[in-house]
Formats: sequence, C-alpha cells, structure tokens
Amino acid sequence: MSKEKKGVRLEHISKIYKDPKTGKDFYAVKDANLEIEPGSFVTLLGPSGCGKTTTLRMIAGFESPDEGEIYLGGEPINALTPNKRDTAMVFQSYALLPHYNIFDNVAYGLKLRKMDKAVIKEKVSDILKLVGLEGMENRMTNQLSGGQQQRVALARALVIEPGVLLFDEPLSNLDAKLRVSMRTEIRRIQQEAGITAIYVTHDQSEAMAISDKVIIMNGGLVEQISTPQEAYYYPNNKFVADFIGEANFLDATVKGQDVVEIGGAQVKCATGSMEAGEKCSVVLRPEGAFLGESGEVKGQVKYSCFMGAYQDYHIMVGNTLVKIQEYNPKNKKIFSVGDEVFLNFEENTLYAL
Amino acid sequence: MAKSQSASLDRKKLMGDPIMVTTILLLIVFLTVFILYPLAILLVDSFISDEGGVTLHTFRRVLDLPNFRRAITNTLKVGFLVGIASALIGLLFAYVEVYVKLRTRFMEGLFKVVSMLPVVSPPFVLSLSMIMLFGKAGIITRFLLHIYDNSVYGFWGIAIVQTLTFFPVCYMMLKGLLKNIDPSLEEAARDMGASRFKVFMTVTLPLILPGLGNAFLVTFIESIADFANPMIIGGSYDTLATTIYLQITGAYDKQGAAAMAVILLAITLLMFVVQKYYLEAKSTATLSGKASRERMLITDRSVTAPLTIMCSALALFVIIMYICVPFGALFRTWGYDFHLTFKWFGLVFTRYKGFKAFKDSFVLSLISAPITALLSMIISYLVVKRKFKAKGFIEAVSMLAMAVPGTVLGIGYIRGFSGGLFGSGFLQGLYGTGTILVIVFIVRSLPTGTRSGISALRQIDKSIEESAYDMGADSFKVFMTVTLPLIKDSFLSGFVTSFVRSITAISAIILLVTPSYLLITVQINEFAEKGSYGIACAFASILILITYSSVLIMNLIIKKFGTSKKVNLD
Repeated sequence: MSKEKKGVRLEHISKIYKDPKTGKDFYAVKDANLEIEPGSFVTLLGPSGCGKTTTLRMIAGFESPDEGEIYLGGEPINALTPNKRDTAMVFQSYALLPHYNIFDNVAYGLKLRKMDKAVIKEKVSDILKLVGLEGMENRMTNQLSGGQQQRVALARALVIEPGVLLFDEPLSNLDAKLRVSMRTEIRRIQQEAGITAIYVTHDQSEAMAISDKVIIMNGGLVEQISTPQEAYYYPNNKFVADFIGEANFLDATVKGQDVVEIGGAQVKCATGSMEAGEKCSVVLRPEGAFLGESGEVKGQVKYSCFMGAYQDYHIMVGNTLVKIQEYNPKNKKIFSVGDEVFLNFEENTLYAL
Repeated sequence: MAKSQSASLDRKKLMGDPIMVTTILLLIVFLTVFILYPLAILLVDSFISDEGGVTLHTFRRVLDLPNFRRAITNTLKVGFLVGIASALIGLLFAYVEVYVKLRTRFMEGLFKVVSMLPVVSPPFVLSLSMIMLFGKAGIITRFLLHIYDNSVYGFWGIAIVQTLTFFPVCYMMLKGLLKNIDPSLEEAARDMGASRFKVFMTVTLPLILPGLGNAFLVTFIESIADFANPMIIGGSYDTLATTIYLQITGAYDKQGAAAMAVILLAITLLMFVVQKYYLEAKSTATLSGKASRERMLITDRSVTAPLTIMCSALALFVIIMYICVPFGALFRTWGYDFHLTFKWFGLVFTRYKGFKAFKDSFVLSLISAPITALLSMIISYLVVKRKFKAKGFIEAVSMLAMAVPGTVLGIGYIRGFSGGLFGSGFLQGLYGTGTILVIVFIVRSLPTGTRSGISALRQIDKSIEESAYDMGADSFKVFMTVTLPLIKDSFLSGFVTSFVRSITAISAIILLVTPSYLLITVQINEFAEKGSYGIACAFASILILITYSSVLIMNLIIKKFGTSKKVNLD
C-alpha cells in the first residue's frame, strides 16, 4: 500500500552533546554507517544512553547530525525539517493529540496533505481495520487502553504512507503480555503494508522477534549489524555476546583451526581466523552445555535451582563462574551444590572471540 | 569536536520556516523597541551630558537632593517591612490552609476570597478605605474611638495598606510549596518524638526557607515599585516612585527623573536577579513532585483555634476594607452624614464623564488583553518547545519586564518616544495616542502571561507536538492545531489577567495619558488626592464590579469549554 518503499543510508553520522554536569562535549553517536534496505525491518538495539534514540531522531529530523549525511531514498535530507521528510514516527508515549478523537488523530496527516474528505474517511477506516480498531472513530484518546492508543499511533503513522516508519520504543509503556502480542502485530502490519521500518528498543527479545536485521549500539558506537541469528551465534565482541542473550566467557588458548584448550581440555570451537597459541575468550550460551559425571571440562556446582522449564546451575570452572541451564530437568540427573561435574559442549555452539 | 554542522543545519531548518522566522524577528523588534530601548534611553539620559561625554553629574545632582535621599531610605524601609510582614502573614494563611482542618464552609470561603482579592482589585483601593476607616473622618477612629486627629498618612499607612494588598500573593506562592512537602518527612520527625512546634521549626521551615525568601523579595519589589498607594496615603512621606513622578510632572526635570528612575530600576533589578536566579531555583529544587500521600490535618484545638482566629480576623478585616468602598460611594458625606444617596454615582456619570472613562479604560484594556495573551503564548511556545539562537534574549527580556517598575517604564516612554525614536521623529506619532497606552498595557502584563504559559507548556509532553510536526505540519500549524488548544486554559486566564491588570493599571499610564483619554484609575487617583472620596469610591466600586464580573465570566467559560475545571490565576 505504500507509494514507494524507501531505503535509508547514514554516512559517517555523528552527534555531539554537552554533558550537563561537566560541561564537556561527548559523542552521543559516533561515525555511524548504516544501510537500511527498502522494505526491511531494522532494529536499533542497545542499553540506555547508547545513542539509538538519537540516531532515530536524526533520521526523523528532530536532531541535526554534527557530522555526516543522511539519505532517504537516495536523497540527502540533512537540511529538511521533520515535516518535510517522508518519515512517520510512532512515539514511546504514543503522543496522540488529546483534544482530538481517534478519527481526527488518524486523519491529521491526511488533512495536512489537503486530501478529499471522502478519501480521508475511506483511508482512515481502512487503516483502523488494519490495526484492529474499526468502529472506534469517535472515541476520545483517554477512553482507550494503552495498547489501543499505541494502535492509533501506529495507524496515524501508517495512514500517510511514509517512505519509512520509525518506532521509538513503542511498547515500553505496555505490560509484558501485551508487549509480546503487540510486537507480533507490528511485524504483521509492517509486512502487510510492505513498508521500511526502523525500530528502537533496549529489549533484545523484542528485537529478535521482530527484525530482519539488528543494529547493536553501545556508547554511541555501532557494534554489530547483522541478522538476529548471526548476532547470537557470531557476536563481534563481548558486549554484543553479553547483550544478546546470556553469555559465559571462558578463558582459552587457540590450539589449531577450530580447536581450543579450556582448563586443560581440548574442545571444538569456531576460531575464525585466529592463529594457534592466541589467547581468546570462548562464548558459551547457558543452553550450550550439559552436565555429566564425565566429560570435557571439570567444575564444581556452586548453585542449583529448579526453575520449571530448566534447572539453573552456577558451575565454578577454574576461576570462572559459568551459568548453565539444563532444559527438561525431569528426565535428567540433578546435581547439588558441592558436586563435581563435567561440562559437555553441544555441537557447534562455542565461538571464540 | 565541532558542533558547527548541527548548528548550521538547525539554522537552515529554521530558515525554511518563514512564518517562524518572521514571528521571531517581530518579537525581537517589539521587545527591543518597547522594553529595552526606553530603558536604554534612561541610561543615556542620566549618564550622557549635554556635550555628549559620559558624566555622573546628573546622578550627583539628584543624590544631593535631600528629598530624593529621604525617598530612597523611605522606600527601602517600607519595602523591608512590607516584605517581611507579607511573607509571614502569607505563611500563616498558607500553613492554616494546608495543615489545619478548617471546620466550616465559611472559613474556606474566607480563604478563597482572600486569594481572589489581589487579582480583581485595583491597586490602591485599600488606601482609600484605610483613610475612610482610620483617617480624620474615619469611622473607626472618629466614631468608635472618638479620636479626632488621627493621621493615617505616612509610613504606617503605606506599610499597612501594602501588606494587606500584597500578602495574598505570598500566601498563594507558599501554599504551593507547602502542598509539595512530603508529609512523611514531618511524620518521621513526629515519630521520633518531636513536638509539633519542633517539627515546624526543624523540618517544615527549613524546607520552605528559600520559598519564604522568594516571597519576601517578590513583595519587596512590588512594594518599592508601587506608585498609587504612596501617592494616596503617603502624605508627605515620599517614596521613589512618587518622587520620580513629581520630579517630572512638578519640576519638569526630565534628566533628573531619568537618573532617579535608573536608581530605582537598579534596586529592583538586583532584587529580581537574586529572586529569579538564586532563590526561585532553590525553592523548587528542594521540593519537587507531588506529596506521596494525603496529609493528616491538625485537629488539635489548642493549635487550630488561635491560628484560625488570627486568619479569620485578618481576612475579615481585609474584606471590610473592600466593603467600605461601595459604602463610601453611597453615603452622602463620609464621616458626617450617613444618609444613603446615589449622588456620587450620578455625578460620576454626569459631571465627571464616567461613561467616557469607563469606555476608554474598557476598550483599551480589551484591545490589549487578547494581544497580550496571544503574545505570551507564542513566547512560551518558543521558549519551551523550540531551540534557536535568540531564544535566551526573548526569554530574558520578557521576564525583565517583570522587574521594571511602572514609573520607570513610564519615564522611559516619555524620554524615548516623545521625540520619536532617538529623537529622530520616527514613530513620534505614537506618543500621546491610545496605541502607546495599549503597548504599555501589553508590556506590563506580558511577564505574568508568559510565566503561566511556560508552566502550562512544560507539563505537555514534547512528543505530542513532535508527532504533529512529524505528520507534516509546519510550526504555524503545530502551534494553531496542537499547542494553543492544549493550553487554552492558560490562554484564557492570561486574557483575563491581562485585562484586569490593564484596567486597574496606573503607575506607567498616569505619566503617558493625554487629556483625550480618560482612564478610570487616573480618575480615582485624582479624586482621592483631592479628597473627593465619594467620587473616588464610586469610580472604584464600578471598577471592582467590572473586574470581578470579568473573572466570573472567564471562570464560566473555562468551566464550559476549558480542558480543566479550575482556573489558575497567578
């Protein structure tokens, strides 16, 4: 339904802010280079203060970059005000106009485009159907639940058929259950509308559930741009590994192509281009190993707790505390605190950094 | 690190918005010409000699005048006393309202009336009633106490009248602060064994001390800038405002008056800077956010009885003083002949051209009110929601107007516009017209409107406007379709406040008004000075009626169409 899907390109984008306490300038975003394909769903993911929202607001035009140029559909847009950019944003606080009813809220952008009344009416009712709010035109915004308000915000952004749809942590004000169902909904609507979407969140599971690609940021820097799977299995660095899912880092030495030594034991591990003899950190996901009375790496149980879906262990391996989750514990031997155990690694799960 | 690119981009974005740029430019011109320029002219007048060199001669000359030196000490003395007394009485009222269980509807009503009075009352009504109650022919002095030669004129007269006029402002300010104190702080102190008095001295008082200082300074500034009360009840006790007025209207010494005005301005500005940038920030920083829970009100009779009695006595006294005014207009001769008569009201509308006075005051105020309200909303929008280079200038100058006493502004306008801009004849046509009166009204009410607009806008999530902007609306559209509708209560109350302030204004206007305009306040002042209290009271009663009913009408309108149910008048 979009007139034209547009891609977004950021070239060497930086934004400098002044620290209000020290009065010193710092990079909120530093040298970001992004290429967002038309029609794709991309997430800017990172902890608070990583520069993700600033990046999004620069794309929307609310902030101006200090270095670099932003392109929308191939056109440079640095000097354009937000109202002249072909973007539409869904805000964290919904930002519905409280003095208008639902219809007028959704129709606001269409009226600004001086569309025919009948056309506006049709478009609004179509889009409200898409977001599941048909027949609610005359309600006031304060008569809606949080989830419904966010749907209105989404409808309002979609109805003007923007080249790019921007989401600024749109689900963070909703309760956990609603967040999960809304994110599936947003993904469905984006696919149906076939629109380019850039989505900011600090919730990694939300990012994984929704995106074609994640852009992981930290301290103003872009740490990794990849699919969610790549980010999980092949993180660029410790930060990414730790931020996407849970990760243990085991000290190891590269022994050869795809072989490392951990605590005296040689195990299979993706080493990439690392040379033999190099020290490295091996990323182990909690579900990447199972415990046994014999196996590859020895350790001692420090903590053992039944969590329902899995048994949660903390195992001391050398000087490192390793977190292991054993799923479906009913059929497995349960170890107790103090027990000596061995870690057995699942095929293809270790990744050396 | 260079932030130059974002700055130039922001500039480019701004330039792409012609309505916004024009608005900002017009605002800058308006503020410069009608606030900064007249003040600058005063500086030029008093520092530049006839030969063109910089000189302190004029200052030396006025400071050598014994009556001017006396005026400075007089003004400061009155200011200090009034500031302290108003802050304390304000604190008493605020404390009783927030902490003490008021048992009756009647008491609640009294408090409401007291908070309304300073809004609707012309600035010098209390001086009139003070004279009528306690003067030579005063009902209380002459008829109840049989004192025949009591003089209310002078220091005590001014101090009492100003305190009664200004304490409600302190009361409103301190009420807000006390309400924001988290009750659990005081409960914790009580719990550890402190007596109620101890809690007040060690917890409550330290918390609101900056606020109390703030209230003191605000009143101090109001007091030393006050013109009408010292004029009517000061007698031979001259203050700065009246001395400056006499210097220009009596001695025709424009340079001297300018130098005096600069001195008065320096005092108020200094106080204002301390108040605005030191105390105001401090008094809000200590107390932020809403109280977590409702306060347990004090019901202990040994506390409530004396406090409520004190408050009611004061409130009743103030109310009696106001009631005095219409009666002053209804008695045949105040103090001697208490037969009711409509003679004075009759005279107002026949011999003293009452209709013209009311029409002139009403029309000029009604023209300036919507302009002021709109201007202050635009300024607040720019200050709170937009970023651009001249923002600091616009905010500072429109707030600066708050610290400029009316008399100073009046002298500045005389010096600045009687010969046109810089004596060039440009804009000379303005001088002596109704337009310049309207402009003075606007400048005098702009700070209050802007302040209320800014606080209203700060409460609106900025993403609401951003979303409209993002949907494709330009700044003008955003302002008209989003901002203004969201702060329409503030706009309406700004409208009425400005109307009331204008129709009751006197200090600057009395210097600028020409015989072609008759203004009610100027008339009241004139008749009160002559001792024609009947006429003065008749004018004042009708004025109070107008202001009171306009506030009532606004309340009705806001109740019907506003976003919130209650009006915030400050």
